[in-house]
Amino acid sequence: MELTLKVRKGFGGPFSLDLDCTASGSQVGIFGASGSGKSTLVKLIAGLEKPEEGEIWLDGECLFSSKRGINVPPQRRCISLVFQDACLFPHLSVEANLMYGYKRSGVGRRSVDFATLVSVLQLGELLGRGVNRLSGGERQRVALGRAILANPRLLLMDEPLSALDDGLKLQIIHYLKRAGERFGIPYLFISHSLLEIRLMTDRVISMAGGRVLAQTTPEELARERMGGSQVGYINVLQLEKLRKMGGLYVYRWELEELFISAGDEEPMAVFELSSRDIILFTRHPEAVSARNLLKCTVVDTFPSGNKVGVELRCGHETLIAEVVVQAADDLAIQARNEIYAVIKAASFRRLS
Amino acid sequence: MPLLSSADCDAIILSIKVALTATLISLPLGFLYAYLMTFFRFRAKVLLEVLVNLPLTLPPVVMGYLLLLSLGRNGWLAPLFNLFGVRLIFTWKAAVLASAIVGFPLLVRSIRIAMEGIDGRLVQASRTLGAGPIDTLLSVILPLSVSGVVSGASLMFARSLGEFGATIIVAGNMPGSTQTIPLAIYDYASSPGGERAALSLCAVAVGISVFVLAGHEALVKRLARRA
Repeated sequence: MELTLKVRKGFGGPFSLDLDCTASGSQVGIFGASGSGKSTLVKLIAGLEKPEEGEIWLDGECLFSSKRGINVPPQRRCISLVFQDACLFPHLSVEANLMYGYKRSGVGRRSVDFATLVSVLQLGELLGRGVNRLSGGERQRVALGRAILANPRLLLMDEPLSALDDGLKLQIIHYLKRAGERFGIPYLFISHSLLEIRLMTDRVISMAGGRVLAQTTPEELARERMGGSQVGYINVLQLEKLRKMGGLYVYRWELEELFISAGDEEPMAVFELSSRDIILFTRHPEAVSARNLLKCTVVDTFPSGNKVGVELRCGHETLIAEVVVQAADDLAIQARNEIYAVIKAASFRRLS
Repeated sequence: MPLLSSADCDAIILSIKVALTATLISLPLGFLYAYLMTFFRFRAKVLLEVLVNLPLTLPPVVMGYLLLLSLGRNGWLAPLFNLFGVRLIFTWKAAVLASAIVGFPLLVRSIRIAMEGIDGRLVQASRTLGAGPIDTLLSVILPLSVSGVVSGASLMFARSLGEFGATIIVAGNMPGSTQTIPLAIYDYASSPGGERAALSLCAVAVGISVFVLAGHEALVKRLARRA
């Protein structure tokens, strides 16, 4: 997918959207805080709003050009949109919602068939239900299925996870990725959550104040923003549960064992760990109350705001820790140094 | 002596015919008008709004007189009707027109309230799923505003049954031809000894109104359950 945007749109106030960028790839993210212009951008691409001037091109086809007087209507752009809160048609059943776009897609364009989609998104049991009897996660799965069954050449996902709680988010991400891989439809994933962007995309356009700030990889963006972020860099760990010990759960992570207080009886779980919750020691610390002590190697250090990020290697896994500049200087943290990471059992937050 | 004379029966049938025709003719127009006013922005919107709602505030007699001036033999619309050989004034069709104009704002108001309650993103979702504007109108907006359509149609039908002021001026009060229930009651009420017949017609009017309103309630409840 190659999407070129050179558009301007004012709103009668000081804010205006002024973009000049090209998004290439099959899993592209658009990241920005609320009010950065992300949702307006989505509407411009989908044809639901009209730019004042400029051009929009998708895979060599002009969708909008103010100079040439072109404005392809939304129904002919073949771009489906997944909304923040699903926006399912309340007067239709789940099955009728799914078939809405499918019926309207040209027969020659249909590469996704109904039965396969229902199986991939596990929608079989929901088909006969009314949409008012679905949970938040089910609604979003149906919305995703409905958008995919329209057989679009580009899928726009406008904050599709923001209305869901953390546990459901990961479940839906699983479905989104599964559908993306199975049906090969390129998507533009819009979110204000850097973690979601990291989990869903491999390229990201960062926006603020209606302008493009940067185009980079989600990983680079996360590291860049770590220092200024309130939550630091979020490490995501997929862990296998070994046993319960005292009040703590023991999980396997590579060759290490991690003690986590937020565990449960599920055999596999995903946890998040902030870079701020990792304390570094250059020598083996003695008599530490924290339950997790990992021997790591420093792979790299990088500046981020007034902090220094430290990329650690533990076996084959990577962890990002952060320290203030002064601490980095005092400890003389450098690549290839051996270092000890100390993490409290309560620092892990369950994601799924 | 029967409770209802044959002229009374004619008046009842004509009332129902006039109200039903006025409602059925106004339905598609009212739906389109409500759609335009809800989903589009254009310059003459306020002016159109005032014109359509004018019958709500004007005395019906004024509306009737204005219609008479427009559609009468020397009215400014007379050449148009003459061209097609149509005669409206002092026929039951004039009563339909009067009822349609007076009841139209009520019909539109109900449909608009229902349409304004539709989440605009459903319309957007429909467009991005390949539906054009007319397809979206029929597959999303119409089903989601059907309770408003039912309410508006019921209100308009009931209002048309009771229409008096405009009807008597443009259609006259000819038994068997243009006399509706309210006009017949008016005749009986202003004639000595007509109280019993007037009361009988009042009972019929109340019966029809109760039937329409109860039917409306049942239908709206059924629609709400289905949603």
